[in-house]
Amino acid sequence: MEQPLFRHNKPGRSVTFDEYRAEGGFVALAKAMQGLSPDQVQQAVIDSGMRGRGGAGFPTGKKWSFVPRNLPGPRWLICNCDEMEPGTYKDRVLLEANPYSLLEGMVLACYAIGVRHAFIFIRRGYEQAAANLRRGVAECLQAGLLGENILGSSFSCDIDVHVSAGRYICGEETALMNALEGKRANPRSKPPFPAVKGLWGGPTVVNNAESLANVPGIIANGPEWFKGLARTPEAAGMKLFCISGHVAKTGCFELPLGMPLGEIIEGPCGGMRPGSRFKACLPGGASTPFFTEEHLHIPMDFDPVAKAGSRLGTGGIVVFDQDTCMVAATLNLTRFYARESCGWCTPCREGLPYVNHVLETIEAGKGSEEHITILREHVKLLNNAFCALAPGAMGPVDGLLRHFMDELREHIVKGRCPCKKDLCQN
Amino acid sequence: MIPTQLRTRLEQHVAAAVTSREAAVQVMKELQGHYGWLTDEAVGEAAQLLGLSPLQVEELATFYEMIYRRPVGKRVVHVCDSISCWAMGGESLLAQLAAHLGIGPGETTGDGMFTLLPCCCLGNCGESPTMMIGDNLYGWLTLEKAVEILQQESRSMME
Repeated sequence: MEQPLFRHNKPGRSVTFDEYRAEGGFVALAKAMQGLSPDQVQQAVIDSGMRGRGGAGFPTGKKWSFVPRNLPGPRWLICNCDEMEPGTYKDRVLLEANPYSLLEGMVLACYAIGVRHAFIFIRRGYEQAAANLRRGVAECLQAGLLGENILGSSFSCDIDVHVSAGRYICGEETALMNALEGKRANPRSKPPFPAVKGLWGGPTVVNNAESLANVPGIIANGPEWFKGLARTPEAAGMKLFCISGHVAKTGCFELPLGMPLGEIIEGPCGGMRPGSRFKACLPGGASTPFFTEEHLHIPMDFDPVAKAGSRLGTGGIVVFDQDTCMVAATLNLTRFYARESCGWCTPCREGLPYVNHVLETIEAGKGSEEHITILREHVKLLNNAFCALAPGAMGPVDGLLRHFMDELREHIVKGRCPCKKDLCQN
Repeated sequence: MIPTQLRTRLEQHVAAAVTSREAAVQVMKELQGHYGWLTDEAVGEAAQLLGLSPLQVEELATFYEMIYRRPVGKRVVHVCDSISCWAMGGESLLAQLAAHLGIGPGETTGDGMFTLLPCCCLGNCGESPTMMIGDNLYGWLTLEKAVEILQQESRSMME
């Protein structure tokens, strides 16, 4: 199994600049600088079929193509590495092992879009990853792979590393741009879309770190190679899946897109931990509706997961065993979202604490049938929020209502949490 | 007043930015590093450096989880309370740590050493439950292991 992102990994340490270069790193950049036009680089990424790895799954190349060609003034590329979706840690693992694929991918993206100055927006807490990136930037500058006249060409570009100070909403691309500008990170209205009017009013592309890190492989080996990496004909490329919770072996694995959920758990994760049976999981981070046993055969790719009623999201799979109370799990998630709401719009600021209160009431054994109706209504109502935070927050609530209605009702009927573990304190 | 050396460095950050306020988070962090938390004086200094009003700095400072607008201990213990850590017993770890330190979440120990703060996902979900102290991320925690880490952190501050 080919692993374009993890193939440079060294056990217990980061790959060095020299090792990365000796193992075929920067070959794609050299190829582009010597003989590919920006349009050809962009076309290769479009043809590869790669969909964004940050959560929304928008095709990366298509996003680039939305940047108007002949607009005067600077345009910008931002790498979104504000990885704060609970259950997600793939970008940290990637960058702690190897910052160079991302840097090379960013230079290629800048070349394709015509960007002179790019940013990496990385979250607080990823200090090792940020240090690797800063070191990588300095090494690339030194080697002529970044800065003025890259590899002797007429193309120049710079990359700045911006370390944030901890706030989930900064990962929303328009909020991220406000954060980067030094403003309070409330989301902006769309349209205008960032590709037309983004950072400091200029055309801007925001891509996830994993998406950008995959660009060198696509340029070096071609779009067909990338497509062929996936398990199914519809999917394209490998994906970093990071698994946490009650499996035997948690970790971040680079696996073909389209691998069935059950195979990921039974294979790289070594099944469930001793004494645990699979009950449910969040298939793609904290904002995705739960999957249950009936979904273990679903290929982990964007469309099949969506068709089955959830989202591939970030690839952060959080697994729960038979003793987990799904009401309490959902409550933990809504508490997170209520706290992380930026407060900008009313549905999110007022709605999430209310949903949280209703779940608390049910979990405490004081719920009634009416509370279920309220939850149902709010799954719909919070779609009216300004950005994707509140609808995302309602993903697990939606999953709870669809898959665990019996368990939810049992809380109401028995007047207490029926689960035995100390996870539920009531 | 902040030391000249720090002021010069902060002025350099501001000068290197595309617009001066782009450097706001960096400036607030370094001032916090100097004072221990973002004091009223630090907010004033930041405002002056960034060409903002103190209120504009306040609006940013209160937005971020890792900018402290109240006094904190020498070491701030951020214990993750998000879903993966919750599934692995993070809730009871936080309660046990609070009992061990004799403080509630959000409080500081009497000797001024530790402030205990629950926080958002630290991106260490594969090694949950997890906590962060300073720039150090700690995973696979048990109460015993966490207490040992606190002792180490405490010793490193004494030296």
